Amino acid sequence: MNHKLELRNVTKTFKTEEGELTALENINLAIKPSEFLCIIGPSGCGKSTLLRLIAGLDDPSSGEILLDGKELRGPSQDRGMVFQEYSLFPWRNVLKNVTFGLEIQGIDKQEQYKIAEEYIELVGLKGFEKRYPYELSGGMKQRVAIARALATEPAILLMDEPFGSVDAQTRNILQEELLEIWMRTKKTILFVTHSVDEAVYLADRVAVVSSRPGCLVKCAKIDIPRPRTRTSVEVNEFRGKLLTWLSLERTKACIQR
Amino acid sequence: MGKNKLLQFLNSRGAIEAISLCAAVIIWEIVADFIIKNPIKLPSPYAVFLSYLKLWEIIPVDIGISLLHFGIGLGAGAAVGITVGMLMGWFRVANRVLDPMVEILRPIPPLAWVPFAILWGGLTHYAAGFIVFIGAFFPILLNTYTGFREVDKTYIDAAKVLGYKEERKMIKSVAFPFSLPYIATGIRIGMGVGWMCVVAAEMFGVSKSGLGFRLFQVFWPLHMIDRLVAYMIILGLVALVLDHLFRYFVEERLLKWKKGMVIQ
Repeated sequence: MNHKLELRNVTKTFKTEEGELTALENINLAIKPSEFLCIIGPSGCGKSTLLRLIAGLDDPSSGEILLDGKELRGPSQDRGMVFQEYSLFPWRNVLKNVTFGLEIQGIDKQEQYKIAEEYIELVGLKGFEKRYPYELSGGMKQRVAIARALATEPAILLMDEPFGSVDAQTRNILQEELLEIWMRTKKTILFVTHSVDEAVYLADRVAVVSSRPGCLVKCAKIDIPRPRTRTSVEVNEFRGKLLTWLSLERTKACIQR
Repeated sequence: MGKNKLLQFLNSRGAIEAISLCAAVIIWEIVADFIIKNPIKLPSPYAVFLSYLKLWEIIPVDIGISLLHFGIGLGAGAAVGITVGMLMGWFRVANRVLDPMVEILRPIPPLAWVPFAILWGGLTHYAAGFIVFIGAFFPILLNTYTGFREVDKTYIDAAKVLGYKEERKMIKSVAFPFSLPYIATGIRIGMGVGWMCVVAAEMFGVSKSGLGFRLFQVFWPLHMIDRLVAYMIILGLVALVLDHLFRYFVEERLLKWKKGMVIQ
């Protein structure tokens, strides 16, 4: 099996004052190369934790995560990440934010700038190289964050609700742009969201995570041809299914409580 | 017409400030000449002005020597304060090792170190610099410490994901630039305390010139109160200029990126 990324029985528990809290329980998931996978679930279900485990920022309590068949240890440039909150370095301008990951690769400055320029152009921010983050809108900031994550050429792009704090119009535009970038760069993308619309518009496959403990309750292929229309019948149908799965989860959670 | 012109003048930049300053000097002159009538208790602004004319040769020398003391102390205070603050803020162990000593030494007033300054450094510029160092060191240390402590976890995570593993690189590329505004604040406070320490250190005769030396060792014993006031004003002005220069070079240029961050 040529999976790009594979999670086997991954469990993550945190120690809190009230005892152990299971954030993720027994997650099994395999992602193919160049696949666009959305992970969806209610807030606090551990979907961000899942992404942090894959990024290598946290270690699973048990189970293993395999990248190209090898167990991964710690963060590395082969997995890029775009964070939910604005994570641009405010003391660096756009260009220097994008070169950040390149600076420790030991390549010379001119080459760094050349690569950075390419990615800045890819996210449509040509001409904004010298701007500082405080001079950019929310959507522009996330574009820079995407360029920064891509500049080191990771095979996998991890995105943690990256468009959560931008307005609806900008969000739609960013989604379209992301799809374009995905098709051009053939990256494997793991995209965490709580928005049903976003998941159905973007993903090849959607994984539904339940809340407390976070379990993978459903994994479904979205067989709608691209480019997708947000208002088409198929999209609406799938949205309906996804909403049902999510609400089933919610009722279950309520009954358990 | 006349009223309009007056309003226009009052609205122009610095007009009210200038009037206020002139008024203060005039009131001071009147109080000194007609109410106190004793130049030892309160010299008039005019007398102070005349004393500047007599002192013009030694003023630059005294300012220069005081700035030398200030520079030695502030330079050393920044070098040691930033280094120690960085270590304490970034490495938990360093904090636990150094914190007790810092907490015990910090409340000791810088002037209490004067005997040691003289014992160790003799009556030299370094002895004066040492007192300034004690005054400037702690605010710089504490602010740097706070800066390194408060580095946003998101920035650290972002750097880790972008391949930063070594502590040294993480400090250089993330923690240090993040802490720069804190360090700048520390230096600015340290400059204020350090300047007070210059005057106090020179008061003890560690050197044979300097603004504080002249004020306490020459003008005061000789009861040259007009000159004493002249030097007090210089002390204030030099500190004001230093603060403005610092703000211009550091806050306007080095920390340009911080502009607008407050709004977020």
